[in-house]
Amino acid sequence: MSAALESVLQHPGIWRGKQLAQASEETLSTGFAELDAELPGGGWPRGTLTEILLEREGIGELRLLLPALARVSGQSAWLAWVAPPHVPYAPALAASGIRLERLLIARPQSPADAWWTAEQALRSGACGAVLNWLEMPDEKRMRRLQLGAESGRSWGVLFRSAAAAQERSPAGLRLRLEPRPDGLAVHILKRRGNPLGRPLHLDLRPAGSGPASTLSTGPARKTASHAS
Amino acid sequence: MLWLALHFPALSLEVFTRGSASALPLAVVEKQGNRTWVIARNDPAAERGVRPGMAASAAQALADELVVRQRDPGDEQAALTGLAAWAGRFTPSVSLQAPDGLLLEVGTCLTLHRGLDNLRARVREGVDAMAYSATSACAPTALGAWLLAQAGEETAVDANALEARLARLPVGLLDLSPDTRESLDLVGAHTLGDCLKLPRAGLARRYGQGLLDQLDRALGRLPEPRAFFAPPPRFERRLELPAPVEHAEALLFVARRLLPELEGYLALRQAGVQALEYVCRHEGRPDTVLKLGFVKPVRAASRMLLLLRETLERTVLPAPVYAVRLRARRLQPLHGSSPDLFQRGEEAGDGDLLLERLRVRLGRDAVYGVEAVADHRPERAWRRCEAGTRTKPAAAPKRPLWLLPRPLPCRNGDLVLKGAVERIESGWWDGRDATRDYYVAQDRAGARLWVYCERATGEWFVHGLFA
Repeated sequence: MSAALESVLQHPGIWRGKQLAQASEETLSTGFAELDAELPGGGWPRGTLTEILLEREGIGELRLLLPALARVSGQSAWLAWVAPPHVPYAPALAASGIRLERLLIARPQSPADAWWTAEQALRSGACGAVLNWLEMPDEKRMRRLQLGAESGRSWGVLFRSAAAAQERSPAGLRLRLEPRPDGLAVHILKRRGNPLGRPLHLDLRPAGSGPASTLSTGPARKTASHAS
Repeated sequence: MLWLALHFPALSLEVFTRGSASALPLAVVEKQGNRTWVIARNDPAAERGVRPGMAASAAQALADELVVRQRDPGDEQAALTGLAAWAGRFTPSVSLQAPDGLLLEVGTCLTLHRGLDNLRARVREGVDAMAYSATSACAPTALGAWLLAQAGEETAVDANALEARLARLPVGLLDLSPDTRESLDLVGAHTLGDCLKLPRAGLARRYGQGLLDQLDRALGRLPEPRAFFAPPPRFERRLELPAPVEHAEALLFVARRLLPELEGYLALRQAGVQALEYVCRHEGRPDTVLKLGFVKPVRAASRMLLLLRETLERTVLPAPVYAVRLRARRLQPLHGSSPDLFQRGEEAGDGDLLLERLRVRLGRDAVYGVEAVADHRPERAWRRCEAGTRTKPAAAPKRPLWLLPRPLPCRNGDLVLKGAVERIESGWWDGRDATRDYYVAQDRAGARLWVYCERATGEWFVHGLFA
């Protein structure tokens, strides 16, 4: 291939079928080497909306994001959670290295307010990451989030039901998660570059923890007892 | 010394008109003796033939829709004080020239404002934005600048040219008794230059020392001590609207007129404001009070306007508004930020601004942070706090990332328990005791749950998700 052509192909706006796009955007390492290797630029994309599709909550969808979130919160940017479905549990978040004072939780009353909040948070440029659990997603609303993420250079994450996998989406990165013993299977449905045919298996167990045992017979450990 | 004089020739009119974008024909009248005269009118009134010096009844006859207002010296003075506060953004040395002028000592702040031309341009922009009209003149003496501004000369004069420029001004600009004015006219002394040509001793003998002193001060031969404006301890400004308004947009428009005064006031006080009240007055109804809160003290009017816009969008006005009042609450020291630098810092990536806007639209309770609390009961080991509150990290055993606001009953048979049991027994002293055995469990769909068995009853509950 001629050198001239080669230099043209280096342009960040061009990606070639077999390669991952060279992200011109800044990325955040996910903390999982296998996943970084498959993501354009080697991590979660800033300035883009990432969609995470799952059947059921509680399978490790937050643990997947934690290493990156902990780093973002360390950079004195806000970490916004818009309309979380449950109580983000402070002791566990703190234990995973998230600086709680950078956490901003918004619970809008209506879906319209929630979408507005998500867009404002992304657009403000003050949030390193914005995690969203939004009802009634449609293409137009999602496009606004994608544009908001671009202009605020923020990492936007939208959690959706796995049923949406077949729908068109303006998000730059789409992952579908499935529970696996000790971890997750991650299907990359869309990324800049070609989609990944096979799922990735990530081990979410904290380093050093052994295999789980099924059991419940041992003597109960008393955490606290205030008898005096 | 370099003085910038601002003359507001239409102040008596503008205190009534500047609260509105629409221009109804309006005339300001004043009672002198037993007759009421028009002393000022706006352009729409002028088009209908209303002239200063006309009897009020005659003006009314020319145009039925003419709004006639009694001159209000108190309001004019408040407006001038507001303007003095606004001018505080340019220089701390502002002197009032009642009833319709300001004198700014600008020699010491030219570098900050990148030169006199730049400063004058910004002053002009500011005056326009607040819907006043002014002529500004610059001179090495305060009185010299003031005379030039009163003469309507938009100019900057240096020491060398001062005498020549002043010489051309009519003598009527000086502060003289009508008798003196008349007799000067009789001897053919129409301009300051004419007076300067007369012998000094004779001038003093015939017209008093006052005339001579004024000339000397204007030319800088006599010092002219001036008192500088000291900002009042509290900021409160009221603006009456020419016609009642119902739309948020119109109220925002009024705020745009008032907020620059607050910004200047804050600059003079070296302060920022954390809470603002924008009070809308209705006829025969309680006021609508809009409260604005800022995460950190702010000074820039643009910032306040942004939040006020959001607030107004969420407010339903019960009735038309005929006057507004702007009050600054909770002033905090805020140093060393020239307006320019300050505004630049606020544009991109301002987390406080985001927080304020979310609070306005979603309500204060809907936007918060969380902190960990040292309590063994899981539901009490966290609490809401103001977002951004610095918290002590609490050492925590293995806990799920999601806590269910209310534990959900479940059946043990659907779950595979994993790991060791953790017994939590606590809280007997406040009547909310918990005696539970916690386990990590996996359900059939593959989710990792945090479940417990209530020891008293043997019932099982899901309390969290290891998301």
